[in-house]
Amino acid sequence: MTTPLLEIENLHTFFHTDVGVARAVDGVSFAVGVGETVGVVGESGCGKSVTALSVLRLVRPPGRIEAGSVMRFEGRDLMSLDEREMQHVRGNRIAMVFQEPMTALNPVFTVGDQIGEVARIHAAMSRRESHAKAIEMLKLVGIPAPEQRVDEYPHQLSGGMRQRVVIAMALVMNPALVIADEPTTALDVTIQAQILELLDDLTRRLGTSVLLITHDLGVVAENCARVIVMYAGEVVEEAATTELFARAHHPYTEGLLGAMPRVGGERERLATIPGTVPPPTAWPVGCRFHDRCPYAWERCVAEHPPLYQIGANHVSRCHLADEPERRAHPHPPLAAQRGASAA
Amino acid sequence: MATVAREPPAADRRSPLARLVRDSRTRIALAVLLGVAAAAVFAPLLAPYDPAAQLDIVRLASQPPSAAHPFGTDPFSRDVLSRLLYGSRISLAVGLGAVALAISFGIAVGAVAGFVGGALDAVLMRLVDAALAIPRLLVVILVASLWGTLGLVPLTLLMAGTGWFGVSRLVRAETVALRDREFIVAARALGIPPARLLVRHVLPNVVAPALVAATLGVANVILLEAGLSYLGIGVRPPTASWGAIIQDGASRVADLWWLTLFPGLAILVTVFACNALGDALRDAFDPRQLPRDLVDATFAPEA
Repeated sequence: MTTPLLEIENLHTFFHTDVGVARAVDGVSFAVGVGETVGVVGESGCGKSVTALSVLRLVRPPGRIEAGSVMRFEGRDLMSLDEREMQHVRGNRIAMVFQEPMTALNPVFTVGDQIGEVARIHAAMSRRESHAKAIEMLKLVGIPAPEQRVDEYPHQLSGGMRQRVVIAMALVMNPALVIADEPTTALDVTIQAQILELLDDLTRRLGTSVLLITHDLGVVAENCARVIVMYAGEVVEEAATTELFARAHHPYTEGLLGAMPRVGGERERLATIPGTVPPPTAWPVGCRFHDRCPYAWERCVAEHPPLYQIGANHVSRCHLADEPERRAHPHPPLAAQRGASAA
Repeated sequence: MATVAREPPAADRRSPLARLVRDSRTRIALAVLLGVAAAAVFAPLLAPYDPAAQLDIVRLASQPPSAAHPFGTDPFSRDVLSRLLYGSRISLAVGLGAVALAISFGIAVGAVAGFVGGALDAVLMRLVDAALAIPRLLVVILVASLWGTLGLVPLTLLMAGTGWFGVSRLVRAETVALRDREFIVAARALGIPPARLLVRHVLPNVVAPALVAATLGVANVILLEAGLSYLGIGVRPPTASWGAIIQDGASRVADLWWLTLFPGLAILVTVFACNALGDALRDAFDPRQLPRDLVDATFAPEA
């Protein structure tokens, strides 16, 4: 394998709050290859978004990327760059697409002004050049009548169009990596597919790598070659998408797959994962998922599982890799038992 | 309910300036303020008499309005109309000058405190809190009376120096709220340097509240200056100022009503115009604002 575009090793991002240290990202490692689209899935609060912000070093106090975290991008150590050099990376080499197109655009500037600003900063374009560039970008992301739209304000556009504008802003400098944090969550279902298709099409044509953060495995299945499943600040499973869907190993991944509706499947109730993600100030000892896991046994409460290699390019943070026979005996998880006795 | 559910309005595409000009409040307010400004600028041409001249202390003192003296005369036999015209110079100069200074300084302090945060923010805002705990009028009266009577420039500086705290707090609060808004994070993610982020992305979003504060501030300073002059510690006599004219008739308000009424009206109308302009400005600079006729149509009872 050639050198990946982005390598994250042992990333720790902690928030030092009054109520304790929130270990939002707690030892995450992964890589994104050139031109590759990698999905990061998990529930809210599992550390996906903080991971994304960490890559751009945009975590604000009380959040901090802890010493020992390694992030290499295009052969450079991102952690050793000063703020000025980091500004040159942001928007230029790594760009981000945010979840809420309603709020990710500045309400007091026209969309053309905002798209153009990226070019003015990173490519030292004049106002006139950047205006032309903005029109070109709007055309690229499929906005009709770009010459007219370019001078409109964000509130004059629909949600889907706004997200196209956000994507246009991200792609102005033709970055090597686009981090898309839940890019379609805030949109209508009918628009979601369009936006994902657009993102996929453009990044494929431009050869851009994508880190696609989502809680929707359906999105991953359609767009990503490889998936990283995160839970409680950690990577719990990583595999090629087809492999993951065929042979999910971690019980959490199983749970996510079980919670996914299937077209043409039998009409049965969707499974849910009992309980919620624990607070990041107090991750459970042992396996962080043991409370919600239908297979958990004594070892899971006592011993934090490492990432087991369970196949070619397939890892899972679950002791079942060691004792696969236990998978035959599921039981109601502790969280569900507690819920039942409380009810 | 049908009106609520209909298509979002074709948004107002006019520029803020165009919206402002079309607003009837702007027109009225500007007409008044331009009138006052014209009075101030052309006072020497418009005033029938020298504002400080005592025309005839025996025969022309405290005369009610007449053809020769439309606004009457004061107990020193000075022409009130002339004094009123010259007084607008003081009010406008002090009001605009002080507020321009105070707003600039307040925005700078508030934006930097809010944007940088941390210890700098804490120190600056505690100082502002402390300053706000002391009544402005008290400080102004204290300094003015220590000074004796004030010239125009010291008076303006005094008003500015005591007028920026509120603005800085306002701007700081807006900045803090904006700092974590997604479009600011998004702008940072696009590599926009902090100084530019502050000037280009944060400041325009605090302009509206700061402008409203500014116009209210002008009104406030005009009132404060009038108050000081009324107390006899404003501008140096015999300089005419609106407050000073009222002071000249203060002991006999019922008899010499014209000494209270005309400068009082001048203050009222000017302050009112400032406030109306502030409202119009706020609406014009907010591009999310719906056009007026549309608001009316939307909330009108259904036929």
